[in-house]
Amino acid sequence: MVPTDLRYTKDHEWVRVDGDEATIGITKYAADQLGDIVFVELPDAGRVLEARAPFGVVESVKAVSDLFAPLGGEVVEANAALAGQPELVNSEPYGAGWMIKVRVADAGDIDDLLDAAAYDALISEG
Amino acid sequence: MTEPQTRQLHETPLVEIHRALGAKLIDFAGWLMPVQYAGILEEHRAVRQRAGLFDLSHMGELFVEGPEAGAALAAALVTDPPSLAVGRAHYSMMATPSGGIVDDLIVYRLGDERFLVVANASNAGAVSDALVERLAGFKAVLDDRSLATALVAVQGPASAPIAQRLTDVDLTGLRYYGILETNVAGIPALVARTGYTGEDGFEMFVEWGSALDLWSALTEAGRDAGLAPVGLGARDTLRLEAGMPLYGNELDTTTNPFEAGLGRVVKLDKAGDFVGRTALEKIARDGIAKRLVGLVVRGRGIARHGYPVWADGRRTGTVTSGTQSPSLGAPIAMAYVAPGDGEPGTILDVEIREQRVPAEVVALPFYRRPA
Repeated sequence: MVPTDLRYTKDHEWVRVDGDEATIGITKYAADQLGDIVFVELPDAGRVLEARAPFGVVESVKAVSDLFAPLGGEVVEANAALAGQPELVNSEPYGAGWMIKVRVADAGDIDDLLDAAAYDALISEG
Repeated sequence: MTEPQTRQLHETPLVEIHRALGAKLIDFAGWLMPVQYAGILEEHRAVRQRAGLFDLSHMGELFVEGPEAGAALAAALVTDPPSLAVGRAHYSMMATPSGGIVDDLIVYRLGDERFLVVANASNAGAVSDALVERLAGFKAVLDDRSLATALVAVQGPASAPIAQRLTDVDLTGLRYYGILETNVAGIPALVARTGYTGEDGFEMFVEWGSALDLWSALTEAGRDAGLAPVGLGARDTLRLEAGMPLYGNELDTTTNPFEAGLGRVVKLDKAGDFVGRTALEKIARDGIAKRLVGLVVRGRGIARHGYPVWADGRRTGTVTSGTQSPSLGAPIAMAYVAPGDGEPGTILDVEIREQRVPAEVVALPFYRRPA
């Protein structure tokens, strides 16, 4: 069962909501599918993201994958640790492997996200 | 991850072992093959530091036999197999009449009148068909035993002691690019000191039905030394670090050996005609239009197959292979560029998602095993 305090997208991003700030990363399922992650490209602070639009890239040894914004808002911070330690996404996908923090523009976007049960159902079908 | 549809895919004798080891299986050249077990980086490091065990049973094993087997192969390929002593091998290529490359191969001499040609899985059919045609008129026959022959490789600095435990023949007598017939764990095998990793190692050819026993014996023999199963993902990162070309990326029917930096493999001074001779002689005379180089990315980003390469704002070429190098800790790539832009030390730009990132031309290989 994935962490129950998070929300999810069908593109395997997770969201931790804290007031009007959301921390975003990719799920263990996604990280396992990708394999060893060797490069992460993230937006700079100040960039405004649109819900469902690509906001960055995660690369495994063999492939490049887009990251999709679960919600809209301004990037407050990108995880600087991932530049030197992209493997944190594999080892701690919900913790030290977080990717960006965003100031949520529209709280309604959060309601559109999957809860843990719905995301678990999604990945067990796959 | 769901496995690809297995109904139409070939399976090696070891597929259940790969499943039991938790491998991610993919469709590779029509075969269900392990791309990774524990993870590509971990497997890569295992080979560089200890040893790795590879199932390569998808590759093609083509035996050519007869009084004119050597001459036939000299006419079919760019190298001169008759020049091989028994028990020796060389890297070779099969050319098209226009000097392009049908496949890159290793040719092993097993006897005065007996050779083994090993082809890439993706080209085994094409090479087999071409050999049948090219052997016509020579006292030589092709015995395509690809589906009857399994291939298991051990590669890494610990390979020799591991392999030695399983055979009575003294492997210190088997030099790089040598081959001998012996028993490994009691199983009749051709043991070649060849590989695709840049490390010491052995490629062992056995009857299809003996693959399981061989894999198990090697696993046991290698346990103390930390032998790890290694999939096609790490096979690719290892060969790229070692500067070895991959057919389909660096080599294909539209590239010639000279462009790929493999002109020394083409034996234009051998007697007799061979397929592609006229075209290759012309290229050797006139020069090449592009050259294959090694690149180390000096900025942030990984150069990958298909990415454009620029020189001072002028498009100079394209990346053929690229990845993050576990041994160098930097992104490495091979690319075809204009010959004038290919001197080691030249700084070019690789276009990564519309950003131009500096990359330095370096001499291959990127990695050389410690002496």
